[in-house]
Amino acid sequence: MNLKSIYQEVILDHNRKPRNYGTLDDANHHALGHNPLCGDRIEVALHLEGEKIDRIAFHGESCAICKASASMMTANVKGKSRAEAETLIKEFREMVVGDLDLEGPHHLGRLAVFAGVRDLPTRVKCAILPWHTLHAALNSVAMASTEATENSAQTATNA
Amino acid sequence: MKIVDALLNTNTFSPSELATRYRADFPILDICVNDKSLVYLDNAASSQMPQQVIDRLVRYQTAQHANIHRAVHYLSEVATHEYETARRSLQHFINAREDREIIFTSGTTESINLVMHGYGRKFIQQDDEIILTNLEHHSNIVPWQMLAEEKGARIRVVPINDAGELLIEEYEKLFNSRTRFVAITHVSNALGTINPIKNMIAFAHMKGVPVLVDGAQAAAHIKIDVQDLDCDFYAFSAHKMCGPTGVGILYGKAHLLESMQPFKGGGDMIASVTFEKTTYNTIPYKFEAGTPPIAAAIGFGSAIEYLSKIGMDTIAAYEHELLSYATEQLEGMPGVRIIGNTRTKVAVISFTIEGVHPHDVGTLLNQEGIAVRTGHHCAQPIMQRYNIPATSRASFAFYNTKAEVDALVAGIQSVQKVFS
Ligand SMILES: Cc1ncc(COP(=O)(O)O)c(C=O)c1O
Repeated sequence: MNLKSIYQEVILDHNRKPRNYGTLDDANHHALGHNPLCGDRIEVALHLEGEKIDRIAFHGESCAICKASASMMTANVKGKSRAEAETLIKEFREMVVGDLDLEGPHHLGRLAVFAGVRDLPTRVKCAILPWHTLHAALNSVAMASTEATENSAQTATNA
Repeated sequence: MKIVDALLNTNTFSPSELATRYRADFPILDICVNDKSLVYLDNAASSQMPQQVIDRLVRYQTAQHANIHRAVHYLSEVATHEYETARRSLQHFINAREDREIIFTSGTTESINLVMHGYGRKFIQQDDEIILTNLEHHSNIVPWQMLAEEKGARIRVVPINDAGELLIEEYEKLFNSRTRFVAITHVSNALGTINPIKNMIAFAHMKGVPVLVDGAQAAAHIKIDVQDLDCDFYAFSAHKMCGPTGVGILYGKAHLLESMQPFKGGGDMIASVTFEKTTYNTIPYKFEAGTPPIAAAIGFGSAIEYLSKIGMDTIAAYEHELLSYATEQLEGMPGVRIIGNTRTKVAVISFTIEGVHPHDVGTLLNQEGIAVRTGHHCAQPIMQRYNIPATSRASFAFYNTKAEVDALVAGIQSVQKVFS
Protein backbone atom coordinates (compact mmCIF):
# COMPACT_ATOMS: atom_id res chain seq x y z
CA MET A 1 0.00 0.00 0.00
CA ASN A 2 1.47 3.30 -1.00
CA LEU A 3 -0.16 6.09 0.94
CA LYS A 4 1.55 8.66 -1.19
CA SER A 5 -0.76 7.56 -3.97
CA ILE A 6 -3.45 9.92 -2.70
CA TYR A 7 -1.14 12.87 -3.34
CA GLN A 8 -0.96 12.13 -7.04
CA GLU A 9 -0.18 14.81 -9.56
CA VAL A 10 -3.83 15.25 -10.57
CA ILE A 11 -4.85 15.94 -7.00
CA LEU A 12 -1.89 18.25 -6.33
CA ASP A 13 -2.64 20.10 -9.54
CA HIS A 14 -6.30 20.65 -8.64
CA ASN A 15 -5.20 21.80 -5.19
CA ARG A 16 -2.77 24.31 -6.69
CA LYS A 17 -5.12 25.52 -9.40
CA PRO A 18 -8.64 24.72 -8.28
CA ARG A 19 -11.23 24.86 -11.09
CA ASN A 20 -14.46 26.82 -10.59
CA TYR A 21 -13.03 28.44 -7.48
CA GLY A 22 -14.91 31.51 -6.29
CA THR A 23 -18.46 32.68 -5.85
CA LEU A 24 -21.46 32.70 -8.17
CA ASP A 25 -23.57 35.84 -8.28
CA ASP A 26 -26.68 34.28 -9.77
CA ALA A 27 -26.64 31.01 -7.83
CA ASN A 28 -30.05 29.61 -7.07
CA HIS A 29 -28.78 26.78 -4.89
CA HIS A 30 -25.97 26.80 -2.37
CA ALA A 31 -24.83 25.13 0.81
CA LEU A 32 -22.06 25.42 3.33
CA GLY A 33 -20.14 22.27 4.22
CA HIS A 34 -18.21 21.94 7.45
CA ASN A 35 -16.05 19.26 8.97
CA PRO A 36 -15.88 20.27 12.63
CA LEU A 37 -13.19 17.70 13.36
CA CYS A 38 -10.56 19.31 11.19
CA GLY A 39 -12.06 22.69 10.42
CA ASP A 40 -12.49 22.19 6.67
CA ARG A 41 -15.17 24.55 5.47
CA ILE A 42 -16.38 24.97 1.90
CA GLU A 43 -19.27 26.61 0.18
CA VAL A 44 -20.79 25.22 -3.00
CA ALA A 45 -23.00 27.46 -5.14
CA LEU A 46 -24.71 26.47 -8.34
CA HIS A 47 -27.17 27.66 -10.91
CA LEU A 48 -29.76 25.10 -11.87
CA GLU A 49 -31.42 25.76 -15.23
CA GLY A 50 -34.38 23.42 -15.17
CA GLU A 51 -32.77 20.12 -14.23
CA LYS A 52 -29.34 21.05 -15.54
CA ILE A 53 -26.41 22.40 -13.51
CA ASP A 54 -25.20 25.05 -15.89
CA ARG A 55 -22.86 26.91 -13.52
CA ILE A 56 -21.15 25.88 -10.30
CA ALA A 57 -18.48 27.33 -8.04
CA PHE A 58 -16.94 26.63 -4.64
CA HIS A 59 -14.67 28.35 -2.19
CA GLY A 60 -13.43 27.90 1.36
CA GLU A 61 -10.61 26.83 3.66
CA SER A 62 -9.59 23.25 3.42
CA CYS A 63 -6.87 20.65 3.07
CA ALA A 64 -5.58 19.56 -0.33
CA ILE A 65 -7.70 16.43 -0.49
CA CYS A 66 -10.88 18.38 0.14
CA LYS A 67 -10.00 21.18 -2.22
CA ALA A 68 -8.97 18.87 -5.05
CA SER A 69 -12.10 16.81 -4.52
CA ALA A 70 -14.24 19.97 -4.76
CA SER A 71 -12.38 21.18 -7.83
CA MET A 72 -12.74 17.89 -9.70
CA MET A 73 -16.33 17.55 -8.56
CA THR A 74 -17.35 20.93 -9.95
CA ALA A 75 -15.53 20.24 -13.21
CA ASN A 76 -17.37 16.93 -13.46
CA VAL A 77 -20.92 17.92 -12.66
CA LYS A 78 -20.99 21.14 -14.65
CA GLY A 79 -23.39 20.64 -17.54
CA LYS A 80 -24.84 17.49 -16.04
CA SER A 81 -28.39 16.94 -14.89
CA ARG A 82 -29.32 16.86 -11.23
CA ALA A 83 -29.96 13.11 -11.52
CA GLU A 84 -26.55 12.49 -13.09
CA ALA A 85 -24.91 14.51 -10.32
CA GLU A 86 -26.73 12.49 -7.66
CA THR A 87 -25.44 9.30 -9.26
CA LEU A 88 -21.88 10.63 -9.07
CA ILE A 89 -22.38 11.67 -5.46
CA LYS A 90 -23.55 8.18 -4.60
CA GLU A 91 -20.75 6.45 -6.48
CA PHE A 92 -18.08 8.76 -5.09
CA ARG A 93 -19.22 8.13 -1.54
CA GLU A 94 -19.27 4.39 -2.12
CA MET A 95 -15.79 4.52 -3.61
CA VAL A 96 -14.13 6.38 -0.73
CA VAL A 97 -15.58 4.11 1.89
CA GLY A 98 -14.56 1.06 -0.10
CA ASP A 99 -18.04 -0.07 -1.12
CA LEU A 100 -17.64 0.41 -4.87
CA ASP A 101 -16.11 -2.13 -7.21
CA LEU A 102 -14.05 0.07 -9.49
CA GLU A 103 -13.72 -2.81 -11.96
CA GLY A 104 -17.49 -2.81 -12.43
CA PRO A 105 -19.54 -0.19 -14.27
CA HIS A 106 -19.47 3.33 -12.84
CA HIS A 107 -19.38 6.93 -13.99
CA LEU A 108 -16.49 8.29 -11.96
CA GLY A 109 -13.82 8.47 -14.66
CA ARG A 110 -10.77 10.38 -13.36
CA LEU A 111 -12.43 10.83 -9.98
CA ALA A 112 -11.16 7.31 -9.34
CA VAL A 113 -7.85 8.90 -8.21
CA PHE A 114 -9.59 9.40 -4.89
CA ALA A 115 -10.03 5.65 -4.37
CA GLY A 116 -6.84 5.67 -2.25
CA VAL A 117 -8.46 7.59 0.60
CA ARG A 118 -10.36 4.47 1.60
CA ASP A 119 -7.04 3.40 3.15
CA LEU A 120 -6.84 6.66 5.13
CA PRO A 121 -9.86 6.47 7.42
CA THR A 122 -9.10 9.85 8.99
CA ARG A 123 -9.13 11.53 5.59
CA VAL A 124 -12.25 10.00 4.03
CA LYS A 125 -14.31 12.89 5.35
CA CYS A 126 -12.02 15.41 3.69
CA ALA A 127 -12.67 13.88 0.28
CA ILE A 128 -16.39 13.45 0.85
CA LEU A 129 -17.20 16.91 2.24
CA PRO A 130 -17.65 18.69 -1.14
CA TRP A 131 -19.98 15.93 -2.29
CA HIS A 132 -22.07 16.12 0.88
CA THR A 133 -22.26 19.83 0.31
CA LEU A 134 -23.27 19.50 -3.32
CA HIS A 135 -25.97 17.05 -2.31
CA ALA A 136 -27.20 19.52 0.30
CA ALA A 137 -27.22 22.35 -2.23
CA LEU A 138 -29.15 20.30 -4.77
CA ASN A 139 -31.68 19.46 -2.10
CA SER A 140 -31.89 23.02 -0.81
CA VAL A 141 -30.31 22.31 2.55
CA ALA A 142 -28.20 25.21 3.72
CA MET A 143 -25.74 23.32 5.91
CA ALA A 144 -23.90 20.05 5.48
CA SER A 145 -21.68 18.56 8.12
CA THR A 146 -19.56 15.44 8.09
CA GLU A 147 -20.59 14.88 11.70
CA ALA A 148 -24.32 14.53 11.33
CA THR A 149 -26.14 11.43 10.22
CA GLU A 150 -27.51 11.21 6.72
CA ASN A 151 -27.02 14.41 4.85
CA SER A 152 -27.64 16.66 7.78
CA ALA A 153 -30.75 18.48 6.84
CA GLN A 154 -30.66 21.09 9.55
CA THR A 155 -31.81 24.37 8.16
CA ALA A 156 -33.56 24.33 4.86
CA THR A 157 -33.49 27.53 2.90
CA ASN A 158 -33.65 28.16 -0.75
CA ALA A 159 -32.39 31.00 -2.83
CA MET B 1 26.38 -2.84 25.71
CA LYS B 2 29.54 -1.62 27.44
CA ILE B 3 28.59 1.99 26.88
CA VAL B 4 25.16 1.49 28.35
CA ASP B 5 26.65 -0.23 31.41
CA ALA B 6 29.10 2.57 31.89
CA LEU B 7 26.24 5.02 31.82
CA LEU B 8 24.19 3.04 34.27
CA ASN B 9 27.03 3.02 36.73
CA THR B 10 27.43 6.72 36.97
CA ASN B 11 25.10 9.16 38.57
CA THR B 12 26.25 12.13 36.60
CA PHE B 13 25.79 12.06 32.89
CA SER B 14 25.12 14.67 30.32
CA PRO B 15 21.43 15.22 29.75
CA SER B 16 21.96 14.47 26.08
CA GLU B 17 22.44 10.82 26.97
CA LEU B 18 19.05 10.52 28.59
CA ALA B 19 17.12 9.18 25.62
CA THR B 20 19.81 6.64 24.76
CA ARG B 21 19.72 5.46 28.30
CA TYR B 22 15.97 5.02 28.77
CA ARG B 23 14.61 4.47 25.28
CA ALA B 24 15.03 0.72 25.46
CA ASP B 25 12.47 0.61 28.27
CA PHE B 26 9.74 1.44 25.75
CA PRO B 27 8.99 -1.58 23.54
CA ILE B 28 6.49 0.28 21.36
CA LEU B 29 9.19 2.67 20.13
CA ASP B 30 10.67 -0.23 18.15
CA ILE B 31 7.69 -0.76 15.87
CA CYS B 32 7.68 0.18 12.19
CA VAL B 33 5.00 2.33 10.57
CA ASN B 34 4.71 2.27 6.80
CA ASP B 35 8.00 0.39 6.72
CA LYS B 36 9.79 3.19 8.57
CA SER B 37 10.94 3.22 12.19
CA LEU B 38 8.31 4.91 14.29
CA VAL B 39 9.13 8.49 15.28
CA TYR B 40 6.63 9.21 18.02
CA LEU B 41 6.15 12.94 18.49
CA ASP B 42 2.61 12.99 19.84
CA ASN B 43 3.45 12.78 23.51
CA ALA B 44 1.26 15.72 24.47
CA ALA B 45 -1.76 13.70 23.37
CA SER B 46 -0.59 10.54 25.09
CA SER B 47 2.85 9.25 25.99
CA GLN B 48 4.12 5.68 25.78
CA MET B 49 4.51 3.15 28.57
CA PRO B 50 7.78 1.61 29.75
CA GLN B 51 8.12 -2.12 30.33
CA GLN B 52 8.35 -1.50 34.09
CA VAL B 53 4.80 -0.11 34.15
CA ILE B 54 3.50 -2.79 31.79
CA ASP B 55 5.01 -5.41 34.13
CA ARG B 56 3.43 -3.76 37.13
CA LEU B 57 0.00 -3.98 35.51
CA VAL B 58 0.59 -7.63 34.70
CA ARG B 59 1.71 -8.38 38.26
CA TYR B 60 -1.34 -6.68 39.71
CA GLN B 61 -3.66 -8.49 37.37
CA THR B 62 -2.03 -11.88 37.85
CA ALA B 63 -1.50 -11.84 41.61
CA GLN B 64 -3.12 -8.91 43.41
CA HIS B 65 -6.50 -8.08 41.99
CA ALA B 66 -9.69 -7.76 44.02
CA ASN B 67 -12.07 -4.97 44.87
CA ILE B 68 -10.75 -2.52 47.42
CA HIS B 69 -11.98 -1.15 50.76
CA ARG B 70 -14.68 -3.81 50.88
CA ALA B 71 -13.61 -7.15 52.18
CA VAL B 72 -11.41 -8.72 54.81
CA HIS B 73 -9.94 -11.34 52.51
CA TYR B 74 -6.31 -11.46 51.48
CA LEU B 75 -6.58 -10.17 47.92
CA SER B 76 -8.80 -7.28 48.89
CA GLU B 77 -6.27 -6.25 51.50
CA VAL B 78 -3.39 -6.48 49.03
CA ALA B 79 -5.23 -4.53 46.35
CA THR B 80 -6.30 -1.88 48.87
CA HIS B 81 -2.73 -1.59 50.11
CA GLU B 82 -1.32 -1.21 46.58
CA TYR B 83 -3.99 1.32 45.62
CA GLU B 84 -3.29 3.43 48.70
CA THR B 85 0.45 3.12 48.09
CA ALA B 86 -0.11 4.59 44.62
CA ARG B 87 -1.98 7.46 46.24
CA ARG B 88 1.01 8.12 48.48
CA SER B 89 3.40 7.99 45.51
CA LEU B 90 1.33 10.72 43.91
CA GLN B 91 1.23 12.69 47.13
CA HIS B 92 5.03 12.68 47.31
CA PHE B 93 5.41 13.33 43.59
CA ILE B 94 3.64 16.68 43.87
CA ASN B 95 4.60 17.28 47.51
CA ALA B 96 1.04 17.39 48.85
CA ARG B 97 0.79 17.79 52.59
CA GLU B 98 -1.50 14.78 53.11
CA ASP B 99 -2.44 11.70 51.12
CA ARG B 100 -6.17 12.41 51.57
CA GLU B 101 -5.67 15.45 49.37
CA ILE B 102 -5.16 13.14 46.38
CA ILE B 103 -8.37 11.99 44.70
CA PHE B 104 -8.24 9.41 41.96
CA THR B 105 -10.38 10.37 38.98
CA SER B 106 -10.65 9.10 35.42
CA GLY B 107 -8.35 11.90 34.26
CA THR B 108 -7.87 15.65 34.04
CA THR B 109 -11.26 16.19 32.45
CA GLU B 110 -13.05 14.46 35.29
CA SER B 111 -10.92 16.24 37.88
CA ILE B 112 -11.96 19.62 36.51
CA ASN B 113 -15.59 18.55 36.30
CA LEU B 114 -15.39 17.37 39.89
CA VAL B 115 -14.31 20.85 41.02
CA MET B 116 -16.95 22.47 38.85
CA HIS B 117 -19.69 20.34 40.45
CA GLY B 118 -18.29 20.02 43.95
CA TYR B 119 -17.02 23.55 44.43
CA GLY B 120 -18.49 25.63 41.62
CA ARG B 121 -22.12 24.61 41.95
CA LYS B 122 -21.99 25.16 45.67
CA PHE B 123 -20.06 28.43 45.88
CA ILE B 124 -20.53 30.25 42.60
CA GLN B 125 -23.71 32.28 42.18
CA GLN B 126 -25.44 34.56 39.74
CA ASP B 127 -23.28 37.46 38.45
CA ASP B 128 -20.12 35.92 39.89
CA GLU B 129 -17.08 35.79 37.64
CA ILE B 130 -14.71 32.99 36.71
CA ILE B 131 -11.34 33.80 35.16
CA LEU B 132 -9.94 31.52 32.44
CA THR B 133 -7.17 32.13 29.91
CA ASN B 134 -6.90 32.14 26.14
CA LEU B 135 -4.58 29.14 26.43
CA GLU B 136 -7.06 26.68 27.92
CA HIS B 137 -7.83 23.23 26.60
CA HIS B 138 -11.55 22.74 25.97
CA SER B 139 -11.73 20.63 29.12
CA ASN B 140 -10.91 23.69 31.21
CA ILE B 141 -13.40 25.87 29.33
CA VAL B 142 -16.54 23.86 28.74
CA PRO B 143 -17.25 22.82 32.37
CA TRP B 144 -17.00 26.47 33.44
CA GLN B 145 -19.26 27.57 30.62
CA MET B 146 -21.80 24.97 31.70
CA LEU B 147 -21.61 26.30 35.23
CA ALA B 148 -21.84 29.93 34.09
CA GLU B 149 -24.91 29.10 32.06
CA GLU B 150 -26.57 27.27 34.91
CA LYS B 151 -25.87 29.99 37.47
CA GLY B 152 -25.94 33.11 35.36
CA ALA B 153 -22.25 33.66 36.12
CA ARG B 154 -19.69 35.20 33.74
CA ILE B 155 -16.47 33.93 32.16
CA ARG B 156 -13.56 36.39 31.85
CA VAL B 157 -10.60 35.50 29.67
CA VAL B 158 -6.93 36.46 30.07
CA PRO B 159 -5.56 37.35 26.62
CA ILE B 160 -2.16 36.38 25.19
CA ASN B 161 0.45 38.18 23.11
CA ASP B 162 1.83 36.98 19.76
CA ALA B 163 4.48 34.90 21.47
CA GLY B 164 1.74 32.92 23.21
CA GLU B 165 2.33 34.41 26.66
CA LEU B 166 -0.44 35.46 29.03
CA LEU B 167 -0.76 39.20 29.55
CA ILE B 168 -0.36 39.30 33.30
CA GLU B 169 -1.36 42.95 33.65
CA GLU B 170 -4.62 42.13 31.91
CA TYR B 171 -5.07 39.17 34.22
CA GLU B 172 -4.73 41.39 37.26
CA LYS B 173 -7.16 43.91 35.81
CA LEU B 174 -9.85 41.23 35.45
CA PHE B 175 -10.27 40.89 39.21
CA ASN B 176 -13.17 42.66 40.85
CA SER B 177 -15.56 42.11 43.74
CA ARG B 178 -17.45 39.45 41.74
CA THR B 179 -14.42 37.28 40.97
CA ARG B 180 -14.96 33.90 42.60
CA PHE B 181 -12.68 31.45 40.83
CA VAL B 182 -9.62 31.17 38.59
CA ALA B 183 -8.97 28.13 36.36
CA ILE B 184 -5.68 28.22 34.45
CA THR B 185 -3.50 25.78 32.62
CA HIS B 186 0.03 25.30 33.87
CA VAL B 187 1.29 24.53 30.35
CA SER B 188 -0.51 25.16 27.06
CA ASN B 189 -1.08 21.91 25.18
CA ALA B 190 -1.22 23.66 21.81
CA LEU B 191 1.80 25.97 22.14
CA GLY B 192 3.86 24.62 25.03
CA THR B 193 3.88 27.92 26.95
CA ILE B 194 4.64 27.53 30.67
CA ASN B 195 2.49 30.04 32.51
CA PRO B 196 3.80 31.96 35.56
CA ILE B 197 1.21 30.29 37.75
CA LYS B 198 2.94 30.80 41.06
CA ASN B 199 2.65 34.57 40.77
CA MET B 200 -0.84 34.31 39.33
CA ILE B 201 -1.95 32.18 42.26
CA ALA B 202 -0.39 34.59 44.77
CA PHE B 203 -2.25 37.46 43.14
CA ALA B 204 -5.58 35.60 43.18
CA HIS B 205 -5.09 34.70 46.82
CA MET B 206 -4.43 38.33 47.65
CA LYS B 207 -7.93 38.91 46.29
CA GLY B 208 -9.27 35.94 48.23
CA VAL B 209 -9.94 33.85 45.11
CA PRO B 210 -9.10 30.12 44.85
CA VAL B 211 -7.22 28.75 41.84
CA LEU B 212 -7.47 25.49 39.93
CA VAL B 213 -4.47 24.54 37.82
CA ASP B 214 -4.84 22.21 34.83
CA GLY B 215 -1.56 20.35 35.01
CA ALA B 216 -2.23 17.86 32.22
CA GLN B 217 0.68 19.11 30.13
CA ALA B 218 2.98 20.01 32.99
CA ALA B 219 3.20 16.99 35.25
CA ALA B 220 5.27 14.88 32.85
CA HIS B 221 7.78 17.66 32.17
CA ILE B 222 8.20 19.92 35.19
CA LYS B 223 8.72 19.20 38.87
CA ILE B 224 5.44 20.04 40.61
CA ASP B 225 5.29 21.22 44.21
CA VAL B 226 1.71 22.06 45.12
CA GLN B 227 2.70 23.52 48.49
CA ASP B 228 5.22 25.83 46.92
CA LEU B 229 2.75 26.84 44.19
CA ASP B 230 0.06 27.15 46.85
CA CYS B 231 -2.59 26.19 44.27
CA ASP B 232 -5.98 25.16 45.63
CA PHE B 233 -6.57 22.44 43.05
CA TYR B 234 -4.22 20.71 40.61
CA ALA B 235 -5.29 18.15 38.01
CA PHE B 236 -3.48 15.74 35.68
CA SER B 237 -3.78 12.44 33.79
CA ALA B 238 -1.64 9.31 33.96
CA HIS B 239 -1.65 8.60 30.24
CA LYS B 240 0.40 11.69 29.45
CA MET B 241 3.15 10.58 31.83
CA CYS B 242 3.96 6.97 30.96
CA GLY B 243 0.93 5.60 32.80
CA PRO B 244 -2.29 3.96 31.63
CA THR B 245 -5.43 5.63 30.31
CA GLY B 246 -8.53 5.88 32.48
CA VAL B 247 -6.94 7.41 35.56
CA GLY B 248 -5.76 10.79 36.79
CA ILE B 249 -5.83 12.77 39.96
CA LEU B 250 -7.28 15.84 41.50
CA TYR B 251 -5.17 17.40 44.21
CA GLY B 252 -7.18 19.71 46.45
CA LYS B 253 -6.40 21.44 49.72
CA ALA B 254 -8.03 19.37 52.45
CA HIS B 255 -10.21 22.13 53.89
CA LEU B 256 -11.57 22.96 50.43
CA LEU B 257 -12.30 19.36 49.57
CA GLU B 258 -14.07 19.01 52.89
CA SER B 259 -16.23 22.03 52.20
CA MET B 260 -17.35 20.70 48.81
CA GLN B 261 -20.38 18.67 47.88
CA PRO B 262 -19.82 15.19 46.41
CA PHE B 263 -19.67 14.88 42.64
CA LYS B 264 -21.06 11.38 42.18
CA GLY B 265 -23.16 9.31 44.51
CA GLY B 266 -22.67 5.61 45.11
CA GLY B 267 -20.78 3.00 47.06
CA ASP B 268 -17.60 3.82 48.98
CA MET B 269 -18.36 7.54 49.14
CA ILE B 270 -20.72 7.15 52.07
CA ALA B 271 -20.35 6.66 55.81
CA SER B 272 -23.91 5.43 56.33
CA VAL B 273 -27.05 5.19 54.28
CA THR B 274 -30.67 4.96 55.30
CA PHE B 275 -33.58 5.95 53.12
CA GLU B 276 -33.97 9.05 55.27
CA LYS B 277 -30.39 10.26 55.21
CA THR B 278 -26.93 9.52 53.89
CA THR B 279 -23.78 10.62 55.64
CA TYR B 280 -20.83 11.08 53.34
CA ASN B 281 -17.49 9.48 53.84
CA THR B 282 -14.39 11.52 54.64
CA ILE B 283 -12.04 12.74 51.91
CA PRO B 284 -10.69 11.41 49.61
CA TYR B 285 -13.35 8.66 49.58
CA LYS B 286 -16.21 11.14 49.46
CA PHE B 287 -15.15 11.78 45.85
CA GLU B 288 -14.36 8.23 44.83
CA ALA B 289 -17.81 6.74 44.35
CA GLY B 290 -18.01 3.21 43.00
CA THR B 291 -15.15 0.88 42.13
CA PRO B 292 -12.27 3.06 40.96
CA PRO B 293 -9.84 2.13 38.17
CA ILE B 294 -7.72 0.14 40.61
CA ALA B 295 -5.30 -1.40 38.13
CA ALA B 296 -4.81 1.91 36.34
CA ALA B 297 -4.20 3.74 39.61
CA ILE B 298 -1.53 1.20 40.59
CA GLY B 299 -0.01 1.54 37.11
CA PHE B 300 -0.06 5.31 37.63
CA GLY B 301 1.88 4.88 40.86
CA SER B 302 4.40 2.75 39.02
CA ALA B 303 4.78 5.38 36.27
CA ILE B 304 5.39 8.02 38.94
CA GLU B 305 8.11 5.88 40.49
CA TYR B 306 9.66 5.34 37.09
CA LEU B 307 9.76 9.08 36.35
CA SER B 308 10.98 9.92 39.84
CA LYS B 309 13.85 7.50 39.50
CA ILE B 310 15.04 9.37 36.42
CA GLY B 311 14.28 12.66 38.17
CA MET B 312 11.97 15.37 36.93
CA ASP B 313 14.79 17.92 36.88
CA THR B 314 16.89 15.64 34.70
CA ILE B 315 13.94 15.10 32.38
CA ALA B 316 13.28 18.84 32.18
CA ALA B 317 16.93 19.59 31.42
CA TYR B 318 17.10 17.03 28.63
CA GLU B 319 13.80 18.05 27.09
CA HIS B 320 14.90 21.65 27.14
CA GLU B 321 18.02 20.72 25.21
CA LEU B 322 15.90 18.78 22.72
CA LEU B 323 13.50 21.70 22.34
CA SER B 324 16.34 24.13 21.67
CA TYR B 325 17.75 21.83 19.02
CA ALA B 326 14.36 21.25 17.36
CA THR B 327 13.47 24.95 17.46
CA GLU B 328 16.77 25.86 15.85
CA GLN B 329 16.26 23.28 13.11
CA LEU B 330 12.68 24.26 12.32
CA GLU B 331 13.31 27.99 12.51
CA GLY B 332 15.89 27.57 9.81
CA MET B 333 13.41 26.01 7.38
CA PRO B 334 11.90 28.28 4.73
CA GLY B 335 8.11 28.28 4.77
CA VAL B 336 7.93 26.85 8.30
CA ARG B 337 6.39 29.04 10.96
CA ILE B 338 6.46 28.16 14.63
CA ILE B 339 3.31 29.24 16.47
CA GLY B 340 4.08 30.28 20.03
CA ASN B 341 7.70 31.22 20.59
CA THR B 342 7.98 32.24 24.18
CA ARG B 343 11.24 31.30 25.85
CA THR B 344 9.50 29.51 28.69
CA LYS B 345 8.14 26.44 26.98
CA VAL B 346 8.02 22.71 27.39
CA ALA B 347 9.17 20.63 24.43
CA VAL B 348 6.17 21.27 22.18
CA ILE B 349 6.44 22.83 18.75
CA SER B 350 3.29 23.89 16.96
CA PHE B 351 3.98 24.84 13.37
CA THR B 352 2.49 25.58 10.00
CA ILE B 353 3.99 24.99 6.57
CA GLU B 354 3.24 27.64 4.00
CA GLY B 355 0.84 26.41 1.36
CA VAL B 356 0.15 23.06 3.01
CA HIS B 357 -2.83 22.35 5.22
CA PRO B 358 -1.89 20.70 8.54
CA HIS B 359 -3.96 17.63 7.73
CA ASP B 360 -1.95 17.00 4.62
CA VAL B 361 1.21 17.51 6.69
CA GLY B 362 0.00 14.89 9.18
CA THR B 363 -0.86 12.33 6.51
CA LEU B 364 2.43 12.80 4.67
CA LEU B 365 4.54 12.66 7.85
CA ASN B 366 2.72 9.51 8.87
CA GLN B 367 3.84 8.01 5.62
CA GLU B 368 7.39 8.53 6.87
CA GLY B 369 6.53 6.84 10.16
CA ILE B 370 6.35 10.17 12.00
CA ALA B 371 3.45 10.69 14.41
CA VAL B 372 2.47 14.31 15.02
CA ARG B 373 -0.90 15.73 15.85
CA THR B 374 -2.68 18.04 13.47
CA GLY B 375 -5.79 20.08 14.08
CA HIS B 376 -6.97 22.57 16.66
CA HIS B 377 -5.67 20.49 19.60
CA CYS B 378 -8.93 20.95 21.54
CA ALA B 379 -7.92 24.59 21.94
CA GLN B 380 -9.95 26.41 19.31
CA PRO B 381 -9.66 29.81 21.06
CA ILE B 382 -5.90 29.69 20.44
CA MET B 383 -6.40 28.97 16.74
CA GLN B 384 -8.86 31.88 16.57
CA ARG B 385 -6.30 34.11 18.31
CA TYR B 386 -3.71 33.38 15.59
CA ASN B 387 -6.37 33.30 12.89
CA ILE B 388 -5.37 29.88 11.63
CA PRO B 389 -7.60 26.82 11.22
CA ALA B 390 -5.11 24.36 12.68
CA THR B 391 -1.46 23.57 13.25
CA SER B 392 0.78 20.53 13.21
CA ARG B 393 2.27 19.81 16.60
CA ALA B 394 5.39 17.87 17.47
CA SER B 395 5.51 17.14 21.18
CA PHE B 396 8.54 15.48 22.71
CA ALA B 397 9.27 13.20 25.65
CA PHE B 398 12.57 12.37 27.31
CA TYR B 399 12.84 9.23 25.16
CA ASN B 400 12.92 11.22 21.93
CA THR B 401 16.31 11.80 20.33
CA LYS B 402 17.97 14.45 18.21
CA ALA B 403 17.98 11.88 15.40
CA GLU B 404 14.19 11.95 15.59
CA VAL B 405 14.21 15.73 15.30
CA ASP B 406 16.32 15.26 12.18
CA ALA B 407 13.75 12.77 10.88
CA LEU B 408 11.04 15.37 11.44
CA VAL B 409 13.04 17.96 9.51
CA ALA B 410 13.54 15.51 6.63
CA GLY B 411 9.83 14.67 6.80
CA ILE B 412 8.85 18.32 6.52
CA GLN B 413 11.19 18.70 3.56
CA SER B 414 9.52 15.78 1.83
CA VAL B 415 6.10 17.35 2.48
CA GLN B 416 7.32 20.58 0.93
CA LYS B 417 8.62 18.67 -2.06
CA VAL B 418 5.26 16.99 -2.68
CA PHE B 419 3.56 20.38 -2.59
CA SER B 420 6.23 22.33 -4.47
C1 LIG C 1 -4.01 21.08 28.89
C2 LIG C 1 -4.91 19.89 28.91
N1 LIG C 1 -5.93 19.85 29.77
C3 LIG C 1 -6.75 18.80 29.82
C4 LIG C 1 -6.61 17.72 29.00
C5 LIG C 1 -7.57 16.58 29.10
O1 LIG C 1 -6.96 15.45 29.59
P1 LIG C 1 -7.74 14.06 29.58
O2 LIG C 1 -8.24 13.86 28.19
O3 LIG C 1 -6.70 13.07 29.98
O4 LIG C 1 -8.84 14.18 30.57
C6 LIG C 1 -5.57 17.70 28.08
C7 LIG C 1 -5.40 16.56 27.16
O5 LIG C 1 -5.11 16.70 26.01
C8 LIG C 1 -4.70 18.82 28.04
O6 LIG C 1 -3.70 18.86 27.16
